[in-house]
Amino acid sequence: MPQLHPLNKNNMKTEISESRIFKVSRRDFLKTTSISASGLLLGLSFSCSDTSKDLTGNPDFTFSPNLFISLNGNGDVTLIAHRSEMGTGIRTSLPLVMADEMEADWKRVKVLQAVADEKYGDQNTDGSYSVRMFFTPLRKAGATVRLLLEQAAAKEWGVDASECKAQNHEVVHTSGKSLGFGFLAEKAAALPIPEESSITLKSPKDFKYISKQSSIVDLKDIVTGKAKFGLDNNHLPNTKVAVIRRNPEPGAGLKSFDAVKALEVPGVIKVFTLDAPGFPTMLNKPLGGVVVVAENTWAALEGRKALDVNWSKGINADYDSHIYNGDMLRRAKTKGKVRRENGQVDKALKGAKKIIEVDYMVPLLSHTPMETPCALAHVHDNVCEVWAPVQDPQGVRKTLAEVLKIDINNVTVNITLLGGAFGRKSKPDFVVEAALISKTMGTPVKILWTREDDIQHDFYHFPAAQHLKVGIDENNKVTSWLHRSVFPPIGGTSNSKEKEASGAELSMGMIDLPLAIDNICCETQEATVRTRIGWLRSVANVHHAYAVGCTLDEVAQARGVDPIQNTLDLLGADRMIDFSSLSPEFWNYGEKPEDFPWSTARYRNVIETVKQKSNWGKDLPKGSGQGFSAHRSFLTYVACVVEVIVDANGKIRIPKVDYVVDCGIPVNPERIKAQFEGGAAFATSLALKSEITVANGATQQSNFHDYQVGRMSDSPYETAVHIVESTEKPTGVGEPPVPPFIPALCNAIFAATGKRIRQLPVRLT
Amino acid sequence: MHRLLTSDFGLPTFGLSDFPTIAYLQKNNSFIMATYQLIINGENREVEAVPNTPLLWVLRDNLGLTGTKYGCGVAQCGACTVHLDGAAVRSCSTPVSMIGNKKVTTIEGISSDEKVHPVQQAWMDENVPQCGYCQTGQIMSAVALLEKNPAPNDNDIEAAMSGNICRCGTYERIRKAIKSASTSSAK
Repeated sequence: MPQLHPLNKNNMKTEISESRIFKVSRRDFLKTTSISASGLLLGLSFSCSDTSKDLTGNPDFTFSPNLFISLNGNGDVTLIAHRSEMGTGIRTSLPLVMADEMEADWKRVKVLQAVADEKYGDQNTDGSYSVRMFFTPLRKAGATVRLLLEQAAAKEWGVDASECKAQNHEVVHTSGKSLGFGFLAEKAAALPIPEESSITLKSPKDFKYISKQSSIVDLKDIVTGKAKFGLDNNHLPNTKVAVIRRNPEPGAGLKSFDAVKALEVPGVIKVFTLDAPGFPTMLNKPLGGVVVVAENTWAALEGRKALDVNWSKGINADYDSHIYNGDMLRRAKTKGKVRRENGQVDKALKGAKKIIEVDYMVPLLSHTPMETPCALAHVHDNVCEVWAPVQDPQGVRKTLAEVLKIDINNVTVNITLLGGAFGRKSKPDFVVEAALISKTMGTPVKILWTREDDIQHDFYHFPAAQHLKVGIDENNKVTSWLHRSVFPPIGGTSNSKEKEASGAELSMGMIDLPLAIDNICCETQEATVRTRIGWLRSVANVHHAYAVGCTLDEVAQARGVDPIQNTLDLLGADRMIDFSSLSPEFWNYGEKPEDFPWSTARYRNVIETVKQKSNWGKDLPKGSGQGFSAHRSFLTYVACVVEVIVDANGKIRIPKVDYVVDCGIPVNPERIKAQFEGGAAFATSLALKSEITVANGATQQSNFHDYQVGRMSDSPYETAVHIVESTEKPTGVGEPPVPPFIPALCNAIFAATGKRIRQLPVRLT
Repeated sequence: MHRLLTSDFGLPTFGLSDFPTIAYLQKNNSFIMATYQLIINGENREVEAVPNTPLLWVLRDNLGLTGTKYGCGVAQCGACTVHLDGAAVRSCSTPVSMIGNKKVTTIEGISSDEKVHPVQQAWMDENVPQCGYCQTGQIMSAVALLEKNPAPNDNDIEAAMSGNICRCGTYERIRKAIKSASTSSAK
């Protein structure tokens, strides 16, 4: 076996996700990762050179040189998609990478969704790192197969392998003769796996699928209604349907309940309880409550409606989000714990000629994927199999084994398509519910979360209060930047001692401020988690980018400089910023700074390009305006210009959005564009429509009538996505569209109306 | 806050408020199973359900037609859109007892294995879907729109489609796909 470099050894994503959820120690985590990393590349369930003799002559022979690729005697290729498909196109993009490198014909490729298994390496689909982490390893996997097929053909012809070239599903000799991949499958399987050093990756100019247009593999199934989402698996006989009435106060328990009326509903089979977790609830535990199981969905819902339940009050019975947010904002105005400090901000502010002092407030937000949490589970005889739309399959599997107290090898997690997720489905709670109920019932059980369940019992995006104070000297130079951010950290959902934002959370748009300002101070204040908090698409970048982007617009106004020029002025000379020397808490999305440095040149380039592409500064009628912002998140550089029209009634329309994105090599440009178009619409919801409020510990919104999200008429009419041509390592695009859009929109509203937006959602009337 | 109503979206929708019968049935505890003869995608189907069961759950649970999706249960999001005699309705808020002999068409009924509907083709040509969950409902709304109005302008499209939420934000491509389906059928 060749010695392999452990993949991304120091690069595991985030301490705020998996290791915290499942309490995996960092050491174990790395160990697992490096084992699975070597397994990833060369397979090691790979035993075809041993077994091929037995299989010789078998037309059904399948060559599986690694975990991700198999090729059968008919020339059909099966590629494994091991990341969860929630709308980013990853189920297409990574298989395309493998197909390109192995020179497979995409039309001969079938994509198979992997079950949860550590042998695939990391499957936790969040943090926008699927392409970043797997682009190169999967290219190598594809290139290894290509080399083996070329060697097999060379052996067959008795020629040197250098004379053989795989192209479009066959290997061609310099003489012009060729052999199909199917013919070569069995012969390639008999060859030893080549040394890693002998594998050559394709030159980018030879890419056939990478960086080219292509449609997602599930396209036809989706438009014809055949695609299987979480609730669409009807293959298990005798499946029952369950819904749960949960305490409106997360984690609090049950006093009493009366199921008599519920049991009178035809079709209701059983009513029982699941224990509440207390508070903090933990990220991986269900909320408990009263379970109604029925023969069909409607009976379960009607049965639940007929329940009579008395809830206990918990420690958050007095939680009122309005009071809580006001308190955070008050504390944001006072000196906090320093998290990054360069120079002497206080002194510089004292000497400033002009001071901008602003506060920002962002409310609790809900994910509301169109498909609510749901799962099908079958637990029997110490075996558990689930079909569920989950972002973190291995986390689900591990949690199920722990909760059910069964061997993890007896737990199978099948991943369906995810009907949207945005971070919500990175938690296993709803799958655990289905499994516990199935165990009690002794039958397969589907769990449905109604929209009310989803909105009232989410892992909400944290509310955040921020205070910024910026000083400008007599030479019109920005000399000082004070930023205080107060929000309850995600870690507090598992550990009540965690009351202050983590370094990772602050590296999402606060302590990674790239501006060349001499005196910078970033501070935080404690905030106690009082409901379930979890990550939402782009996480703390949402509120940090909003506050920083809007403050910069105010600074531009105060300096009397164009907003784009203002940012370029403050950015300073092109350089790689070493943030770890500026703040020991800096986190580079799990990557080493030397691998993915913070390049102000790339930042400047997206900004200068968006200025040109958006026709920045063009003449607009009264009531219209353009706004700008730029932001690097998840290692991807994005600049955004939003154009708005605000009518006399305060109704906001968004006729045009221009994005410039530098995400390194654009692996699937068509889906990158889709992510940015959709990201603009998602961010529109956050900016203009959505707000969760809590009174007496209970969420006050319940469905789309009062938790509003963007509809067609609210969303951008046209989003132009300009992708920077690049040979840099590819980085993610799922989350980066969201952060700069919100300040760009708010700055456009200012340009159109003269009103500053310091609280979300925007209320102009 | 203005409470959105189904009527806000200009669609003929059988919402809960249109049918006081539901409340009536429940008040009288008339949870009696009944047999309904339905015409689904051109076929006669017999189902047993209590009268207030939404068509959505009859389609999904009784008939296994899972292309129609649950999104909100209160006619706010359009994921469950089907056609009743060609008009788009929200099946989550349309009780089975109200169907009578109206023809029900679901996403499974507008295409065959050999041929997709021109609107579905337009959806594929424009690469509309992201996660895909809401798209069957979006397509059913679009098909109903184009049958009534073969050449809708932007306002017509917004009015007809604003009852369908897409959290992935595919609205721009939905608009383009409707326009391209409109153009191709006009040819």
